[in-house]
Amino acid sequence: MSDFPGAPSAPRDGRRLRVLAAMSGGVDSAVAAARAVEAGHDVTGVHLALSANPQSFRTGARGCCTIEDSRDARRAADVIGIPFYCWDLAERFREDVVEDFVAEYEAGRTPNPCLRCNEKIKFAALLDKALALGFDAVCTGHYATVVVNEDGTRELHRASDMAKDQSYVLGVLDERQLAHAMFPLGDTVTTKDEIRAEAERRGLAVAKKPDSHDICFIADGDTQGFLAKRLGKAEGDIVDEAGNRLGTHEGAYGFTIGQRKGLRIGHPAPDGKPRYVLDISPVTNTVTVGPAEALDVTALTAIKPRWCGVAPEGPGTYTAQLRAHGGETEVTAELVGEELRVRFTEPVRGVAPGQAIVLYDGTRVVGSATIAATERVRTGAAAQ
Amino acid sequence: MAYLDHAATTPMLPEAVQAMTALLPLAGNASSLHAAGRRARRTVEEGRESLAAALGARPSEVVFTAGGTEADNLAVKGLYWARRAADPARTRVLTSPVEHHAVLDAVHWLADHEGAAVEYLPVDALGRVHADALREAIARNPADVALVTVMWANNEIGTVMPVRELTAVAAEYGIPVHADAVQAVGQLDVDFAASGLAAMTVSGHKIGGPYGVGALLLGRQYAPVPLLHGGGQERQVRSGTLDVPAVAAFAVAGTLAAERRAEFAREIGALRDELIAAVRAAVPDAVLGGDPDPAGRLPANAHFSFPGCEGDSLLLLLDAQGIECSTGSACTAGVAQPSHVVLATGTDPDLARGTLRFSLGHTSTKEDVAAVAAAIGPVVERARTAGLS
Repeated sequence: MSDFPGAPSAPRDGRRLRVLAAMSGGVDSAVAAARAVEAGHDVTGVHLALSANPQSFRTGARGCCTIEDSRDARRAADVIGIPFYCWDLAERFREDVVEDFVAEYEAGRTPNPCLRCNEKIKFAALLDKALALGFDAVCTGHYATVVVNEDGTRELHRASDMAKDQSYVLGVLDERQLAHAMFPLGDTVTTKDEIRAEAERRGLAVAKKPDSHDICFIADGDTQGFLAKRLGKAEGDIVDEAGNRLGTHEGAYGFTIGQRKGLRIGHPAPDGKPRYVLDISPVTNTVTVGPAEALDVTALTAIKPRWCGVAPEGPGTYTAQLRAHGGETEVTAELVGEELRVRFTEPVRGVAPGQAIVLYDGTRVVGSATIAATERVRTGAAAQ
Repeated sequence: MAYLDHAATTPMLPEAVQAMTALLPLAGNASSLHAAGRRARRTVEEGRESLAAALGARPSEVVFTAGGTEADNLAVKGLYWARRAADPARTRVLTSPVEHHAVLDAVHWLADHEGAAVEYLPVDALGRVHADALREAIARNPADVALVTVMWANNEIGTVMPVRELTAVAAEYGIPVHADAVQAVGQLDVDFAASGLAAMTVSGHKIGGPYGVGALLLGRQYAPVPLLHGGGQERQVRSGTLDVPAVAAFAVAGTLAAERRAEFAREIGALRDELIAAVRAAVPDAVLGGDPDPAGRLPANAHFSFPGCEGDSLLLLLDAQGIECSTGSACTAGVAQPSHVVLATGTDPDLARGTLRFSLGHTSTKEDVAAVAAAIGPVVERARTAGLS
């Protein structure tokens, strides 16, 4: 019986740690729950029903909110031998994640709903309910590591296996949330195949289940279609950096900064090079396009910072991650009031307002903030 | 362990287990003509006779099915189809909003696929349908009513329906009435002949018999269109090889349920009253669902709403202490929704989220009640802290 690094403190009265394992119906969260049991904890499984109108079956490898997923989670809990419940958090999810997602796109930004879900649902609504019901911790199948310092404070670190690391989507957790979080998969250097092999050994049928990648509430993976249905068509202009009209679009919300495909501009650029979305202006419903080098961002400001521990003072050098599966880049960052000001050592591309920037100190997650505006190398494409 | 979910399923009676296990090794298709077949046939027919006797029916009125859900579907759809075939004007189905899903969803299906016009008879705050409401509904156009289906007693809140009054009204217009009596058998005086019903659903595993067997009691003059076509067993109404051991065990359970009913109802009713008193003492603002008058509710049923609590939270916390009960109908499991039954009684939707059903049965003891009495106060307090998410 060995516990995971950074597991929440054992209860003072000597009883076992009561752990609520969030089980999506996928292989990772099932193995995480099984490992929590093996570590000697008193584990209860819960599946979050996040969709008001769940589909009966998964189609392909998308989403995680079908009734079949709920059954898979229940079946895994049965095999592991833990109680299992299904909690309906659909209303909270709709308000805090789905509506936010739509509103962000409508405002010309590019949100990350997974971060938002971790912040507002898994480690807020779910965690609060769990604590109120007498649980000590929430356990998930995320790949990230919690480190406890000598003074008892906690740090969130990247997973031992950088290729699997999911600390980016957990960058919104504060220290209180971390104190009640358990990530049994975080310290394993392992391939997905090995997790599947472990699931197989444990008799878990989800061992062979395909991974889910897409946004769980957009079952068919068609984000544009989902947004079009919610926001309606709004025809507007596609212009170049000088403001010349190159074509039209059916809704500025359908674009992401850095996007190249699907612009449907009839004639090529004068220099023959591909054009990218540089800017989205929801006010004028205009999409500005231009060459790749116009995407180069040298600095940004980000709002709503959240710190995994104490907020850093003064300017500091960090590495930053800008997307869930993105690489690291070196930055200097400083908190000015409630605004995080970030400068990149080398210009980076494809930075969109709405995305989260997560700052790291080595493997340690320092904190995160939501990108509000960017500074470009070329002045033509004005930052928002 | 305090098992207080007998309305979901109750342990098999030892006598039924014995009847069933004794027959399991024996071969014999009740439709076969040879000796083994004749033996199986005899077992089935003896079971049919004893079940008929226990329920006040004639043996030929017992149609064995694979359970309550199938019997409900056969009655609702089969009678609808037959009545409409006899007169195309008959498309109206009168039911109550507090039915079990086996009736409710069958009726919905008829509306969606078979052109049925479904009308929900109003229920009062206790969840009861009244005869005058049925009369009013039928009188609007007696010619277009295909059938009436109203349960004998409610599975969630325990309210007993005035079955004989309802059938008396329908009889004036010659309209058949079906009742789901799955919860009533063994607790109430269920007499098919005296009830005036055209069809009545009963289930094995709710009365100490096995899972997977039930029956539709069906008046001899009714020939519902079958759901299952095949060998023509069971009056050509329900094809399929009969499950001989299950039928025999079901019949034993049915016989014992009838024999022991009066005593069981008295004893379990007293225990149930203790449970209600204990919950009220521990949680003064708990709201009793259904009829507070014991004469109007199933003797084994106690149903509460706990203000400010999520039923799921209550269930989880009680489960962790070895107390097994239900938030409502177990068939709604998966995503918890406020019970349609509780909402139909006019209960505030927030209050309807915090419901618990305790249902007692033949294995229930004073210790079970004491366990609830000790646990319910702190559990409700904790669930309130967690609140309504």
